[in-house]
Amino acid sequence: MFEYEFMREAFIASTFIAITAGLVGVFVVSRNMSFLSHTLSEIGFAGASFGILVGISPLAGMIIFTLISSVAVGSLSSESSRREASISAISSLFIGLGILFLSLSSESSSYATNILFGSIVGISSKEVNQLMILALFVIFVFIIFYKPLSFDSFDHIGARAAGLKTRLLSVAFLVTLALSVSIGAQIVGSLLVFVLLTLPGATAKYLVHSVPKLIMVSVGLSLAGVWLGLYLAFVTNWPVTFFISAFEVIAYFLGLSYKNWKLNH
Amino acid sequence: MVFQNLNFQINDGDFISLIGPNGSGKTTLVKMIMGLEKKSSGDLIVDHKQTIGYVPQFRNIDIDYPLNIEQFVRLNLKFTLSPKKRQSDNQLIKRILEKTGLTALKDRPLGLASGGEKQKAYLAQALLNDPKVLILDESTASLDVEVKMQLMDLVAELNQNEKLTVIFITHDYELTKKYTHRALFFRDHELQEVDVKDVSEDMFEMGG
Repeated sequence: MFEYEFMREAFIASTFIAITAGLVGVFVVSRNMSFLSHTLSEIGFAGASFGILVGISPLAGMIIFTLISSVAVGSLSSESSRREASISAISSLFIGLGILFLSLSSESSSYATNILFGSIVGISSKEVNQLMILALFVIFVFIIFYKPLSFDSFDHIGARAAGLKTRLLSVAFLVTLALSVSIGAQIVGSLLVFVLLTLPGATAKYLVHSVPKLIMVSVGLSLAGVWLGLYLAFVTNWPVTFFISAFEVIAYFLGLSYKNWKLNH
Repeated sequence: MVFQNLNFQINDGDFISLIGPNGSGKTTLVKMIMGLEKKSSGDLIVDHKQTIGYVPQFRNIDIDYPLNIEQFVRLNLKFTLSPKKRQSDNQLIKRILEKTGLTALKDRPLGLASGGEKQKAYLAQALLNDPKVLILDESTASLDVEVKMQLMDLVAELNQNEKLTVIFITHDYELTKKYTHRALFFRDHELQEVDVKDVSEDMFEMGG
């Protein structure tokens, strides 16, 4: 299958996607932001269709929309019930906007399905390069903030008590989350990118007990999912997103069962 | 929030309790000491060469919390690439775990630890920066009597052997009497120092 250039591109792109999503996902889960990452991917959909409408690339549109909204969310009320409601209100608005932008633009509906559901054939080598640069940037930010971000994510109250600048960390994290959503959506699609941003991290939590190990397992599960997904999609001609989400969901429930089994033994 | 008649001094090596009903301002005062809350007037002199270890009251550690006790304590370490620093960090962790009686429990996931073990882990994490002042915010609140005593014995030992200044916010008059040397009594945002021997149960119920 590697004789096809589009498959090579897809593999390189998804490798970077999987690494960033697996890494960021550990912190999405520990910061209880699964729901927010879902919303960001819907906002990303609106951004991508906006990009198409005004003639910039869908990726650029996504980045603009997700960055602005992630910083806005960071300043939202910290009261969690209100926050949930606000976020779901915002998310409905953006799905609507995404549909509006698409119908206003002259692009065909297949373009819309690519944005929403992802595609392995849709990615060019120029886009692969952009993804790689963005992914490396995300990884770089994580290396810089690794220690304080771990403290804040796994023990927010302790981090505040120890005098860490938790506000700044929160913004830095939301920026990387926005970028990861935009990167991931290119292959997995904006509708299901949050699968990669939440499930591997959540599964890892049932299996290992230190931050570095959580990251390793999460990235591993994420890589296994996209590689297997691409291979099966190539063989069967079924959508790649189906295989990725099926793999991650099965892994999640196996992890959960393992944890429950361990608790009882 | 307004404090009146707030005049007190906490000395090195004190083991002092802050007592009073809910909402009387105990936690606010502590936050001021730590610089997390601003005051509108008056002088608050904190010797900032003295690092403060704060053990907060609430934490959301559920059964699925992924880190084990040692990894949880390690969160408070600074980032380092130097192998030498890393080695001394490992030594420090070992020492702190030993001091807090957690060595045998270090691999237990914190989410599965008992209330007393959790409090010890919180304490261990706060001790990591070698604080001169330790603030315990209701650390014994939801513990069994026996476990409470264990934790307080541990704190009393640190106070004795390492001259650690301890500020203990509590609702427990028995612990106040048994362990602390001084008591600051809050009521309606007024503060008075009372003799530990005179601390009684009704001091925690009045006003509010």
